[in-house]
Amino acid sequence: MLEIDWFLGLSAIMFSIGIIGVLIRRNAVVIFMCVELMLNAVNLTLVSFSSFHGNIDGQIFVFFALAVAAAEAVVGLAIIIAIFRNNLTVDVTEINLLRW
Amino acid sequence: MIVYLFILLAVLAIGSALAMVINKNVVNSALFLVINMVSLAGIYLLLNAQFLAVIQILVYAGAIMVLFLFVIMLLNVEDEEKLFDKFRVKYFLAFILGAAVVGQIFYSIAGVTDMLPEISSNMAEIGTVEAAGDVLYTKYLFPFEMTAILLTAAVVGALMVAQYKIKKG
Repeated sequence: MLEIDWFLGLSAIMFSIGIIGVLIRRNAVVIFMCVELMLNAVNLTLVSFSSFHGNIDGQIFVFFALAVAAAEAVVGLAIIIAIFRNNLTVDVTEINLLRW
Repeated sequence: MIVYLFILLAVLAIGSALAMVINKNVVNSALFLVINMVSLAGIYLLLNAQFLAVIQILVYAGAIMVLFLFVIMLLNVEDEEKLFDKFRVKYFLAFILGAAVVGQIFYSIAGVTDMLPEISSNMAEIGTVEAAGDVLYTKYLFPFEMTAILLTAAVVGALMVAQYKIKKG
């Protein structure tokens, strides 16, 4: 039978892959997708705890996290589009708008 | 049987996540992320969270990834030509940090796993649409309505930000 450790381990591995992606990629869109991957890993942790404890509150929390992730994706991609329209690049090493 | 199913889905999820990070082409990365979301929905089904599995496919693999693909289409981004073709200290540090995070999370899981209660008999009743809606519209009604305001604000804000253009000269 499945233990909860397996789900938590899978979540940890996915979260770390997301961290590595955020650190090594330079395309802003791919960095954003890695952030979504990290959000998904945390959601998996919440769902596994929720269903192994027999308590639905964790799944409701994941539902709200999904809604916030959707809003975050919309705003973040809009910012990427705004930066692209003004700088003609999505390479994060060349975007130095806030750097002095 | 269910263990083999979990291993299949977990290998699919981890493999597609790695492929997403390593792949040079942005569109391929987005499609690998879709595979990752779908296999994660399968894992939610293994955990008896049917409602969230459906929502995961509808919202993540459907709506959010279509949004990503539209943005990639608008940006017509070129591939990153310098990915893994030479050794860089940044990659080495990134992988060290990733391994450290995995080790840290595994350590904290191992520390807490003995304290978990032995509850798994009533897993089947949790996670249906009926149970989720029952809690969502009574106990969590106020956060639910706040989510509607949040989504409206996000849409309006995204429109304002995406239309913004710096006047040249």
